[in-house]
Parts: sequence; structure tokens; C-alpha cells
Amino acid sequence: MSDDGVSRRRFLAGGAALAGATVAGCSGDSAAGTSTGAGGTVKLGVLEDQSGNFALVGSPKHKASLLAIEEINNDGGIMGQEIEYFDPDPQSDNQRYKELTRRMIQQENVDALWAGYSSATRETIRPTIDREDQLYFYTTQYEGGVCDKNVFAVGPTARQQLGSVLPYLVSEYGPKIYTIAADYNFGQLSADWVKVLADENDAEVVDEEFIPLSNSQFGSTINRIQEADPDFVMSMLVGANHTSFYEQKASAGLDVPIGTSTAMAQGYEHRRLNPPAMANIYAGVNYMEEVPTDRNTGDGGFVDRYYEMWPDAPYLNEEAENNYFSIYMYKKAVEQAGTFEQSEVVEALESGITYEAPEAPEGESIRLDPETHHVDHHMWVMKADDQHNVSAVEDEVIPETFLTETVGCDLTSEDEETQYTPQDYFEEAG
Amino acid sequence: MVNGINLLLQFLDSFAFIVLAAIGLAIIFGMMDVINLAHGEFIMIGAYGTTMTYNAGAPLPVAIAAGVAVTTVAGLVLERTIIHRLYDRPLDSMVATWALGLALTQAARILFGNSLNSIGIPLGAISYGQFSYSLYRVLLAGVAIAVLVAAYLVFTRTEFGVRARATIQDPETAAAMGVETGRMYTITFAIGSALAGLAGALYAPTMSVVPGMGSSFLVEAFVAVVTGGTSVLLGTTLAGGVLGSVDALLSNLYGTFVGQIGLLIVAVAILRFLPTGLSGVVETVRERRERDAA
Repeated sequence: MSDDGVSRRRFLAGGAALAGATVAGCSGDSAAGTSTGAGGTVKLGVLEDQSGNFALVGSPKHKASLLAIEEINNDGGIMGQEIEYFDPDPQSDNQRYKELTRRMIQQENVDALWAGYSSATRETIRPTIDREDQLYFYTTQYEGGVCDKNVFAVGPTARQQLGSVLPYLVSEYGPKIYTIAADYNFGQLSADWVKVLADENDAEVVDEEFIPLSNSQFGSTINRIQEADPDFVMSMLVGANHTSFYEQKASAGLDVPIGTSTAMAQGYEHRRLNPPAMANIYAGVNYMEEVPTDRNTGDGGFVDRYYEMWPDAPYLNEEAENNYFSIYMYKKAVEQAGTFEQSEVVEALESGITYEAPEAPEGESIRLDPETHHVDHHMWVMKADDQHNVSAVEDEVIPETFLTETVGCDLTSEDEETQYTPQDYFEEAG
Repeated sequence: MVNGINLLLQFLDSFAFIVLAAIGLAIIFGMMDVINLAHGEFIMIGAYGTTMTYNAGAPLPVAIAAGVAVTTVAGLVLERTIIHRLYDRPLDSMVATWALGLALTQAARILFGNSLNSIGIPLGAISYGQFSYSLYRVLLAGVAIAVLVAAYLVFTRTEFGVRARATIQDPETAAAMGVETGRMYTITFAIGSALAGLAGALYAPTMSVVPGMGSSFLVEAFVAVVTGGTSVLLGTTLAGGVLGSVDALLSNLYGTFVGQIGLLIVAVAILRFLPTGLSGVVETVRERRERDAA
């Protein structure tokens, strides 16, 4: 690819930012931050989608990363070094992710990398990450099971998300569950987790349907749910086409409660859709903008600071917080290690690092589990009412138990690069 | 067990979706031999025009009219600037319209952001037993039939229709008889664009309005045009009927995924065994009968 091509893309990306008037108040140069000129600098790679299919959910991650970096730099940087960052737009394109990841590692020599929205993207770049032993943070909520020395999967897993909302709905509404999920690895594995969790909570999955990602018409799905007459539906639908389900079920008069790990917290459907499309929907999440902690919605809290930097941003989503707190966890680990040397930073990250993340109530912090590189999140069950007001109905700390207890992943003693699935361990998931 | 009313309503729903998604593409392809790969983006323009007009305070019917108008104008502008240079160059026009589609998607993202606030589906639901169905979606089946009838009248009963068909059958003779063939192409392209815009406008309340939304119409649209065959209106109607039945029955019994697989298998079977498409079969039968009568 010629330099000319790259710079024209930049120009377009710049145009996008300008047109959205989203650069107001942003001090960061879109191509790269400034170097301190001192001997050592710290350089972070941020690969988050600012255009393409994942732009809606990816750009809050990008913005929150820049917020964390600006806050840290204003506060003196990491060990006195100002953070430089490199944040080209991967454009929701896995091929570009692959090229940019290689470039991040080999040419930009980033000290740590945050990259990718979907599991497909993570799996596209993970071989490169592992070949180069690059410290990598994957922050999206996901199906779970990645046990990899180089990867810190700090978003909540399906077991944590579904494990918060499913037991709540069983106790509120009853044991008959109908699952609808996107037809690819995330949706299939999440549906397996629903079966495992249903079994653990004396509930039953009466039927399940997997919906192709390209589908946007849900007439027959709605009828099939009505025929099965479940106590509640578990929805792991993904993407803009599937969002249509919520409007269509409301219009068809289907008013069964719905639990979800994918709606609202990521794509803020409760803001985008007309009420009452999201009425009576419960999201099991570690974070969304409405999480009522003092650190989050209090005066000068995370939400205030985010919108001060990005006044025109539409929403502050789950993954944005994950990028934000993990950059701070990285800072803590570097300061503890006393070096930017990646293997030593990984060792420090494996020392039980904690951080007072916006998701955790006053006096609490969240902890990075040394053995699995996952986070014991403070999980929330968030409910939308018929006016789309969102409130918390339950919250508790839920550790990531699949890798620790079921698989027995221990990265502090064994160097692994594997993704485990529930089928390997649970009969119900078969 | 299959509930008869469910099946009927789903058939109407699928029929409307297939016909409305395909009709604009079918007219532009059937009349002009241009495979418009930006068809999905024309649909997106219709949805954006409608949603933005509605969000500005207009009632839904006005917003739908505005969405159609915006798409018609966009179609006219693009035909005059780009498409008209590519007649008789089908491969070039495919590449050009594909690029156009990419540019339009990204332009929508740059100008209007990653999504628009939705309209919400009007009209509520009809209930029967334990089931219910959105009334608006049933209404769309009526609109689809009205569109087919209107297009039939325009292309068979008006002077424009006669000239347009003459242009398609033999442009040189038509030109010799005083038909401005260039103008016919422009108007036909505008009508095709308007109908794509109408699909977007009508489905905007039922969908998530995002720059890439057009792609969810493409499978049905292209499959319908291909299986419909040479005769535009007859083909689209038959494709809507046959594919709609298959889709409704299978997705009712086995879910959306099987419904879509069934749709594609039937399309492959039609292409294999009826190479002239559904309308080709009907026309062959009609010709044979006319010959026998004579």
C-alpha cells in the first residue's frame, strides 16, 4: 500500500471526525500523540473501529481510551513518561486488523495493545499477538474461555453476564426459557451457557433459535416464541439487523420479559429506538452509562468527564469502561514493575492488581485475576421500563469461574494460548 | 404445529418484503440491463429521508413521501452524472455501482453518524388466540400489490410505458420513430430509484436505521430478480409468491435460518431447471397456447 493511500484514508477519517464535530475538545492528534523527547517513552496501540459495521459500538471504546490517556498525561504520565499513542482506524475490517497489528508490533513497537470489537477480530489477530508475545488487552464482553499468556480479556464473559441476569429472571418470572441468539460462534456459545446456567438454576430451555446475522425480519420468530409461551426469553442477538427484533416484537404485542447480554449496554438501543421497544428488558452487564455508582454518575464522575471531552458522543458503553479501567490497570502494573518491559509488566499484572473502576460502588474495586487474566467484575442487572428509563435491579460481584474452577487455567504457572468452550466440560452444552 | 393464520400472515409479510425489496432492482435490470449493486444503498437513502423527515416533526405518510422523493432525486443525479455513461457496459456498470454503494454508505456515516433514532412501528397489533401480528406489516402486503398494479398500468397503459418498452426492445428503431431513448432511460432509472426508496421508506419504521441497512434487503432482492426471469413485473410477482410461500412455511416450522436456506435452495433449483425463470415458464406456456389457437 502506498503512503498516498494511507494519507487519503486519514483525510477521510479526519473528515468523518470533523463532520461529526466530535473532535471538539480533543487534544490528541489523530495519527499519533506527541513524544516527550526524553530517553524512554511509552507507546500504546489503540485499534478500535471508527468506521464500518462496528463503528457504533467501537467508537465509544476509542473515545474512552483517549480519555484515560489524556487524564493520565495531565496527571504526569506513567512513571513520568507522557503516553504516546497510535490509533489508526481498522474500519471494522479483519484484514486491516491483521496488517495494523503487525505494524503496531514490528514498526511502532507499542508497549501494550488494545484492539478489536468482535471475537472474530480477536481470533484473527491472536496468532500474531502470540507469535510476537505482545501484551494485549481484549475488552469486549465475550463468550469466555480464552486462556492465553499474552491476552488480558478484561471484559465480562458470558458466564458472568448471563450468570447475573438469568438467575434473577428465573426467580422473578419462572423457569421456562426460550433462547434466541445470533448464528455464529458467540451466539452459539452463549446459548450453550444459557443451558448450563438454566441447569444450575433449576430452569429449562424449552426451545432455541439461531438467527443469521443478515436477517432483519422477525415475524416467524415472534410467532414461535408465542407458541412456546416461555416465562422469559434470553436474547443474544447481535448487530444492527437484529436490533429490528425489539421494535418488531413490541409492535406485534409480544410482552414477555427478555434477558440479554448484548442489548442496551453496547449499542444503546434504549436511546436509539422509540419506546416501548425495550420495555421489560433486563441486561446483565458490568457497566453501562446508567450504572448508579458515585464514581460513575456522581458530580465530576466518569460520565461527566467523558462528555466533557466528547460533548457530541451519543453514549458511553460497556466496552468503553473496560478500555478505560484497563489502561489504568496497565499504568498501575508498570509503576509496580518499575519498567515498561512487557514480560515484567505481565508479571505485575499477575500480582492481583485492583482498580476503583466506575462500575464498582464506593469503597469497592475490581480485581484482575492473576491465573486467568480475566476480571472479577461487579455485575449489574439493568432494567428498561416502558419509557426506556434504565435502573439497576440487582448487583453483585461475580468472579469468572469457568477458567478458574472448571478448566483450571493457571497462566502464572503454565504458558498457554488456548480458547476453551463449554462443550468440553458440560453435558448440557452438548 | 402450523397455525393457519400465522402462515397466511407470514406469507403476506414475506411476499411484501420480497416484492418491495426487488421491484426497483428488477425494473432497472429488466429494462436497462444495468445491475445496480448500489440498490441496497438506494433503499438506505429512502429510509434515511423518511426517518429524518419524521424526526423533524412531519407525520409518517409525509415522511414516506419525502423519503421516496429524496431517493428519486438522488437516482436522477447519479444517472445523469455516472450511470448513463455505462449503458451497454454491464460489467463496468456493476463495478461502478458497487463503488457507488460503498461511497454512499460511508457518506451517510460521515454526514449523519452511526445510527438514526428510530420512528417506531405504527398501528399496533392484531391478536388471535395466543398469537399476535403487527398490523403495519400486513398493510405492507397491500402496498406491495398496489405497487405492482401501478407499475403494470404505467408500463402498459401510458404513452411513456409504450415508449419505454419500445426503447428496450429496439433502441435504434425507437429512436428512428422519434423516441428520445436517452430520456426514457433516465426516467426508467428514476422510477427504479423511487421504488427502491419506497422500500426503504416503508421499512424504516420496522428496522434499525444505520448506514449499512441496505444489505439486509439484498439477498431477497437479487434472488427474486434472478428467479423471476425476463419479464419484470410478472417475474417479481411470481418470485414474491413462490419464494414468500417457501420462506413463510419453512421459517414457521423450523425457524428463520431454515427459511433462508430454503429460499436459496429453491432459487438454485429454479435456475437449474427453469433457466428462463418463473416468468419465462409462464410466457412459454402462453406462447404455446397462442400458437395452438392459431
